[in-house]
Formats: sequence, C-alpha cells, structure tokens
Amino acid sequence: MTEPLLQARGLVQEFPVRGQGGVHGGVVQALSGVSLDIVRGETLSVVGETGSGKSTLARCVMQAPPPKSGDVVFQGTSLGPLRGAALRDARRSMQMIFQDPYTSLDPLWSVARIVAEPLVAAGMRDRAKRRQRVGELLEQVGLDVSVHGRRRARELSGGQCQRVAIARALAASPALIIADEAVSSLDVLVQAQVLNLLEGLRTTLGLSYLFIAHDLALVKQVSDRVAVMYLGRLCETGPADEVYAHPRHPYTVELLDAVPRVEQAELGKRPSGDLPAAGEAASPVNPPSGCRFRTRCPRAQSRCAAETPVLAAPSGADPGHLVACHFPVTVDAPTAAASGTVAG
Amino acid sequence: MTAAPVTGPASTPVLEVKDLSVRFRPRGRSEVHAVSGLNYSVPAGHTVAIIGESGSGKTASSRAIMGLLPRSAQASGSVLLSGTELLGLSPRALRKHRGRDVAMIFQDPARSLNPTMKIGPQIAEAVRTHTKMSRAEARERAIELFTLVRLSAPAQRYDEYPHQLSGGMRQRVMIAMALSCSPKLLIADEATTALDVTTQAQIMRLLAELQERLGMAILMISHDLGLAASYADEVVVMYAGRTVEHAPVRELFRNVRMPYTSALLGAVPRLDRAAHTPLPVIQGRPPDLSVELAGCPFAPRCPRADERCSEQRPPFAEHKQGHWYACWYPLPDGEQAAAAGAR
Repeated sequence: MTEPLLQARGLVQEFPVRGQGGVHGGVVQALSGVSLDIVRGETLSVVGETGSGKSTLARCVMQAPPPKSGDVVFQGTSLGPLRGAALRDARRSMQMIFQDPYTSLDPLWSVARIVAEPLVAAGMRDRAKRRQRVGELLEQVGLDVSVHGRRRARELSGGQCQRVAIARALAASPALIIADEAVSSLDVLVQAQVLNLLEGLRTTLGLSYLFIAHDLALVKQVSDRVAVMYLGRLCETGPADEVYAHPRHPYTVELLDAVPRVEQAELGKRPSGDLPAAGEAASPVNPPSGCRFRTRCPRAQSRCAAETPVLAAPSGADPGHLVACHFPVTVDAPTAAASGTVAG
Repeated sequence: MTAAPVTGPASTPVLEVKDLSVRFRPRGRSEVHAVSGLNYSVPAGHTVAIIGESGSGKTASSRAIMGLLPRSAQASGSVLLSGTELLGLSPRALRKHRGRDVAMIFQDPARSLNPTMKIGPQIAEAVRTHTKMSRAEARERAIELFTLVRLSAPAQRYDEYPHQLSGGMRQRVMIAMALSCSPKLLIADEATTALDVTTQAQIMRLLAELQERLGMAILMISHDLGLAASYADEVVVMYAGRTVEHAPVRELFRNVRMPYTSALLGAVPRLDRAAHTPLPVIQGRPPDLSVELAGCPFAPRCPRADERCSEQRPPFAEHKQGHWYACWYPLPDGEQAAAAGAR
C-alpha cells in the first residue's frame, strides 16, 4: 500500500477552563488520543455531535493550534517540529472550508481579491497571471469573474459564498481539503449543488477530503470511509458502506437512528419514541471513566466503567472496520438503522 | 390532564388560514410580495409542516399568525384561531392569545431566553402573565413543566442560568415555556435546525409525544422535507410566497406531482444513496418577489417547463382527494422514486 497522504497519530488536545458563575474550572479534554489516515483521492468523514472534538481534530491536523501531544505527518513531513515559514510551506497543500460562509470571508474585500490572496501568499507576483488564475478558479466553482468578481460577500447568497470559499481553498492547489461542516448551514437544494461541486472537484483535481459533519446522512454521498467520534475519542471507523450497513458501536446506531427518513414516509411509518431520555453528552471536563459513551449507552455494563475499550476489529467484520466497544452490536442483530437502510 | 382524542380533519380546526398575503413595503424600494394567497388548516392533534427554502415566505406567514411582523409589513386575508379572527386585532387583544392559545418556539434557543435570568423564574413569569397563580404555585408549575419536557433534575435546574445548559436542554426549556399555558397551537419555526441530529430526534419525538398527550395542533416550519416526512401529517410546500403543493404526508411522498417538490425531495440527504453518485439538483435561484410574475414562479428552473408555464400561472387546485398542486405538467405516478435514485 502506498504511504497515506495524511497520518494523524495519537492526537491529544486539552483546553483549560476557568471557573465562573457556578461552573467549576478544569481541563476540557477535547481530544484524547485520536489516530487516523487519509490516502490520496480518498474522502474520510468524521461524524459526531457538538462537543465530540471533531472541529478540534480538524484544527489539530492544521496545527492551528498544534496538538498537546501526538503528531501529524502530511505528505511524508512531520508537522509537529515545524514552526513559522517551514510550517506554512508544509501545510500549503492543506486548505480549510468553514461552516459559516458569511463570517469566513472578509466583508470588505471583493470576491476576486479574496481568491487572489492565497496566490499572492504563494508568491505569484505577475498581476495578469493572477487575474487569469482567479478567473479559472471561479469558473471551476461555477462562478463568473465578470459577474461576481467585484462583489462583496454580503451581495452573494450563502451558496455563492461557499463557492468563493472553495475557490480560495483551491487557489493554493491543495492535495487535501478540510471541510468543517461546510454544507450544514445551506438550504437543501444549495447543499446538493455544493456537495456535487466538491465531488466533481475531487475527481477532476484528484483531491482528498477530510469532511467534518454531525449528520451521517449528509456525508453518505461523499464518503469512502467514516470515523465516528464521541467526547474526544473515536468510537468506530471503517469503509463507509460497511459502517452504514453494519454499525457496530451503539453510538453509531444512535446516530443512524436519529436521521429523519424520507423512506419511512413513503412506507407510511413514523419514528417511535424510544430514544434514551438521558441522551445528553457527558461533560468533556470530567468525562466518564472507561468508555465515555457508557452513561448514554443501552448496552453498558460494569466492565465499560472499569476498562477503556480500544479500537479493534469486531468478529466477522470487513477489513478496516474497527470499533472501540466491549459489547459491539452484532451483525445479525436487527438494529433499527440496518433495517431502515434495507427498506429504501 | 385527560388524553385528548385524536380528532379527524372533520372537526373545527384549531387554526384556519384563508387567503393570507403578506406584503413588505421597504422604504424607497418596491413592494415585496412575501406571501400570496396561502390557505391551510391545522386540526387538533395534527401536525402540518410548511416547507420551503430561505425566502419562500414560510417564516413571514407564521409571523403573521403571531402578529410578529415588522411595521413595514402588511398582512391581509384571514387567520382564525379556534374561530377567532387574529388579523387586525389590537396588540393588547393579541397578547391575550399569544402565549395562552398559541405559542411559538424558535430556531435559536440561546437568543430566545434571557441570559441574565435563571430559567425557572423565566417560566414562572410566563405562567403568571396568563394565569392568576401565586409565586409558589407558578414555581410548582415550572418544575412540573420541566419534568414534562424531561429535563434532568428539574428542581435543581430551576435556579440555573441559560448558559449552563446545552443547546438541546435550552430548547427543552423553550418548549416548557411554550407549553406553560397549555396552548391549542404550537408553532415550531425551524425549532431543531440548529441542533445535532441526535438532539433533533429527541426534541421531535418529545414534541410528538406531548402532542399525543395534550392534543395540541403543531405548525412546523422547516426547510427540511426529511423532517416533515418523519413527523408531519400534512405538508404544505411553498415556493416564492405561494403554495405549490399540499397533501397528506404519505400521499405526497408516494405521488409527488410538482417538480419543485420533487427537486426538494431529491436533494434530501438519504442513507440509501450510494457513495459518489451525483445528487439530483436544479440550477438557478428563487425569483425576485418584488416583480409580479405572469406564469409559474418555478418555470425558469423547472426541467418540465415550456412556454405555457412562463405565460400562464397554473391554478392551485385539488386534483385528488386532499392532494393540491399548481402545475401544468405534473409528474406521473412513481416518477419520484426514479428521480431520487437516478437522474
């Protein structure tokens, strides 16, 4: 197998919080030892709810800020020891797109200037060349430099802003794009357009993606592999088809079960109410011992509090499918999620 | 409280909206027809979902019901709440209904709560505004409501501030406040859009359960057809301020007629779609609502449209029992299943 484009090894990130207004101080354990690989041309989606550490993971990969411990190897270079210009050079091929298209673009700058900035940073001095490249980049994302080039972010729709953000990311000719909830705030029709655009760019430019999302259904269409996170740890990772069809971690099952189903309306079914009432995430300041999901888990036993489960292949799993659970869901158990997927 | 019987559409609806139009007159600019001729009704115990993109008029129409439109807007038509006309009521008369007969929950629970006030007293205040309860009774009622919306440790939560709660818990507090006076109608305007999928599912299932127990009518405003598919009885699809399709949920998803609804449906993220297959999309954007359009507002984006569509507006008519739509060239039976998978 070829060397992966990106290797993250044992990433740990912690943030101190000061006690205030009745809240106790402590350390937020945002990321507690996360390792993952992305090979060239592949899309890995990291899925989890608010507070699962998925955005922290994206930022650690970008070294903004660097993780407390663990290392990121990108295109064969270890980023951890790098500082300043050396770090900027090494991560130029790694670009990020954010959730809110309005606040992630400078409101005073024109679209053309926003897209040209990374070109200037990369040392493209020739103005005419730069202008031509900006035109090409905007065309790649479905915008027209003569129409949109002089506009400001507030004069664009949400979808158009996100296209500008994508063009800006492409300006540095990246190998990897990190999309942090990049389509979550868009209307469903615009969301589909932007997802299709990202898919198209992946094949034409040979890009890899690290997709961060809270909704498993949203990333179904783009993912080769999926990693599910809960409170700073990976619960389950594997080939997307395998994880969606045979989820092994109870948390993955819960996430799949939460997706509203169009298929059910076609069949005239309605979801029934046996989601656990105590479905609030535990605190990352004082996470539960052992398996962090145990306080919400319907399958939890005393072993889950005593022993931290490590990622391992469950019996009968496809290669590459790993789960961190003492009592993984077995394949033939008819979970709601699995039967729903078949019923479409 | 006794369980209310699930009443069929035959009984008097809790909410009846007839020919509702909302016009915005921004200073120095031309008039915007945000909502034009909207009709629907919500019976007790039923959930009606109004679905549309940003700018389709779904929020303007729900604000008109609550009398929460800005001054630059004017609503016309009729909004009957259990037979009482709400449009044109004085602010004072309207306040009597708002909160007591009809309550609303919004997208952002953090911004809907007072950050400097403990959550319990906020609920108690809402209770005391509409009833003659004493402070102690209102406190009891608030804790009872927290229990109803399944907030963990309700008595301790009474003295907590909004910032101490997670987004899902804050939305539970908002629901508790909305339910404080047992409203007949609950309007949920994108109430779960800002929440995680798991939290969204919990809140929606909580609402469905409370509806069954209390027999209230729910008007759900959302951009998400998938959510409507799972939790609504009836769906009203809006485009450019008009209703383009209206049907019971099962009928709509089985026999979608209007190409716009079909496009919305095709773009819903689904778990049964294979990886790396392009999603069916339509190009273009909704029309400018300050210009009166002659034909179908969707015609410029519609794959099935021809000249007739851009010249003549298709009538919004009931083509089959309960299934209304406005289209000259509706999709035939079973078209959607094919469209969602392939195309």
